[in-house]
Amino acid sequence: MNSRRRFLVVTTSLAGGAACAGIATPFLLSMMPSERAKAAGAPVEVDISKLEPGMLLMVEWRGRVVWILRRTEEMLGTLKKLEDQLADPASDKDQQPTYAKNETRSIKPEILVVEGVCTHLGCSPVFRKDIAPADLGADWLGGFFCPCHGSKFDLAGRVYKSVPAPTNLAVPPHTYLSDNQLIIGSESKESV
Amino acid sequence: MSKQQNSVIQWFDDRFPLLSTWRAHLSEYYAPKNFNFWYYFGSLAVLVLVNQLITGIFLTMSYKPDASMAFASVEYIMRDVDYGWLIRYMHSTGASMFFVVVYLHMFRGMMYGSYRKPRELLWLIGMFIFFILMSLAFTGYILPWGQMSYWGAQVIVSMFGAIPYIGDTLSQMILGDFTLSDAALNRFFAYHVVTLPLLLLVLVFVHIVALHEVGSNNPDGIEIKSNLDSKTGTPVDGIPFHPYYSVKDIFGVVAFLIVFCGIIFFAPEFGGYFLEYNNFIPANTLQTPDHIAPVWYFTPYYSMLRAVTVNFLGIDAKLWGVILMAMAVVIFCFLPWLDRSPVKSIRYKGPYFKFALTLFVISFFVLGWLGTKAPTPLYTLLAQIFTVIYFAFFLLMPWYSKIDKTKPEPKRVTK
Amino acid sequence: MTLIRSFLIIFLFFPIGINAAGVEVQLDKAPIDTRDNDSIKRGAQSFVHYCLTCHGASFMRYNRHQDVGFTNQELLDNIIQTGQKVGDLMVSAMKKNEAEGWFGVAPPDLSVIARSRGADWLYTYLRSFYRDETTATGWNNLIFDKVAMPHVFYELQGQQILKVKSLGDGKESKTLELAVPGSIPKAEYDKFVADLVNYMVYLGEPHAAHRVDLGIKVMLFLFAMLGLTYLLYKEYWRDIH
Repeated sequence: MNSRRRFLVVTTSLAGGAACAGIATPFLLSMMPSERAKAAGAPVEVDISKLEPGMLLMVEWRGRVVWILRRTEEMLGTLKKLEDQLADPASDKDQQPTYAKNETRSIKPEILVVEGVCTHLGCSPVFRKDIAPADLGADWLGGFFCPCHGSKFDLAGRVYKSVPAPTNLAVPPHTYLSDNQLIIGSESKESV
Repeated sequence: MSKQQNSVIQWFDDRFPLLSTWRAHLSEYYAPKNFNFWYYFGSLAVLVLVNQLITGIFLTMSYKPDASMAFASVEYIMRDVDYGWLIRYMHSTGASMFFVVVYLHMFRGMMYGSYRKPRELLWLIGMFIFFILMSLAFTGYILPWGQMSYWGAQVIVSMFGAIPYIGDTLSQMILGDFTLSDAALNRFFAYHVVTLPLLLLVLVFVHIVALHEVGSNNPDGIEIKSNLDSKTGTPVDGIPFHPYYSVKDIFGVVAFLIVFCGIIFFAPEFGGYFLEYNNFIPANTLQTPDHIAPVWYFTPYYSMLRAVTVNFLGIDAKLWGVILMAMAVVIFCFLPWLDRSPVKSIRYKGPYFKFALTLFVISFFVLGWLGTKAPTPLYTLLAQIFTVIYFAFFLLMPWYSKIDKTKPEPKRVTK
Repeated sequence: MTLIRSFLIIFLFFPIGINAAGVEVQLDKAPIDTRDNDSIKRGAQSFVHYCLTCHGASFMRYNRHQDVGFTNQELLDNIIQTGQKVGDLMVSAMKKNEAEGWFGVAPPDLSVIARSRGADWLYTYLRSFYRDETTATGWNNLIFDKVAMPHVFYELQGQQILKVKSLGDGKESKTLELAVPGSIPKAEYDKFVADLVNYMVYLGEPHAAHRVDLGIKVMLFLFAMLGLTYLLYKEYWRDIH
């Protein structure tokens, strides 16, 4: 093969490769969430003024359940006691925004905002605030239990050791528009 | 090629006819060396087929085959899906370009006698591909569920009602309802995305296998296989498809893409021919648009359907129209046996054939143009005249091709 | 041969427009510039103010308008209807069955109206209302006889009346005359309608500008590719004699 021919074959192949990549791009982008999905997954505003201590509020964001739990003093007290039983007590794994990487995994200590989706295979765990029930054992201090495969989480959504779930429950991006007005899915103070 | 590559290929070749297929169909498939402009359209048809398959799959990801959602889902693709507009225009433009390419491909065959022995079966397979393509276009055009989709389909399905005795039952069976409705949309979707593409793929495969069995015709219409090199045993006038025709076809593909992308990006509606304006109005089962015309590639046949206005031989005009329209398509299948000329190519055929083919092309265009117009007495008369010319091209061929004054064919292909 | 080929080429490259409405009327050319985002933005505000009360544009999302330069805040302040979010579809405030009761027909969705009617038709239509006491609304339209829609801009345009002149041979010419002037002069009203039509053209295909911009890049690439593949083709074919 002469050098001119080789040069042309190589350049045309490169240009053809670039063309294929260029054509593939819009097709791949078309598989991303559409504007409708984005609109449906838009941030959600929640009024938490009526949320009693110890009560759990479930809201839907991007088709997933987000739990908002107003923890009592006793509930917050359990967090410290459990640390040696947990897989990632200091929340080192990237399962929360930086503003929730603290002891209570929350912006306001008493308000927990966490996605109710088990990090194992996506089931939604059950809120079990009863202490030492028969099925969960005597040292259960309240938390979330996943009925699918038995994963356990504490009242800050931190995962126990030796359960199938690998990481703590995810904390979605959220912020407070006012004292009792919470927005989930956005970190800007702008109303939707 | 490195040693490692070689051994990988060897591994596959021991288990699958890899190299022999490559040789038989590409690097040692000998094609006549005198292919001209008209020989691009076969490979371009494959390109458009691939385009339709890929864009089609992506469209089904967002399209809803439901009468209450179909129109909105198309607009959803056009607006909310990232680059959905591009994929949809590629598909809608591809549909029209499919017909452009296939019509030119067929015309090439008619000019150079590619339907003649030993390529009769190749031609027939090609005709089946054309029928499937027409069905695909028809079922696909219904899917956006606009006014033209709805009323166009209504007209076509009513044609089945013209068939005596079984007509009504047949059209109810096709529609799955007493009228064109959600049921029909849903099943036409199934035909459009599963049944017909599968059939088309199989037929295209068979078409290529048959082509490579008999070998390509050429603008001179002579058999290159009858003149073999005494040493190599390959045709003297043949050259390996790869690399010579692969590089030529790549050039053709890029030239075609310039036209194709020009339409997609700068004129996707193509003046109302590729995307009809009335199809931007959601289907309204109670109101026919002022003027309905099928998409351009069906208009020649639509003209013939409307051209019959008198009952004769005890059959009413409506049924005659349907028969005539069906015959206009089916009659191509008989070409191999209608042509009695001693030569294949137009280059060596006489003035009668050239005159007949020119008239045929003109009648095809005039009928196509008339099909986009609302009928008036003058237009109907024109449609009748050109319908007669259209059929005369075929039906008189055994006569004029035989008495025509032909030139002798050359021994070797000419440039 | 050459005749056949030139036929095909003419056929392939010269589209002949099909009259969209199918009615033989003289339409005024809409003086719009689809690249003029300010005009589209003015049109959007008029559209939301006048049209969206009865008509929907229910395939269009409010936040799509960021394409033409609206900021989120501008959308919230000027475009988005109360109680709706930026990602919502532009649905009409009017219920479909109520509308049928009032007008006899439900006002059509306007998302793709510019694609079915064409800009010129819309431009002419919105300027061709005239007083007609024989109709239910008291209005009629020169290019859409007995239209169910009343003249929503009459305060701006004023009231036109129909003048019919006989030209003999049963032919007649129909013209409109301004009988009661509106709040703005004719030139300004025409510009107002042009902006609105410009917006509706944008609304019909919000990606049109992006499509053309991308198309230019694709074409440049393809022409370069054409040169390259031509050289490759000729290089290989030097072998063939």
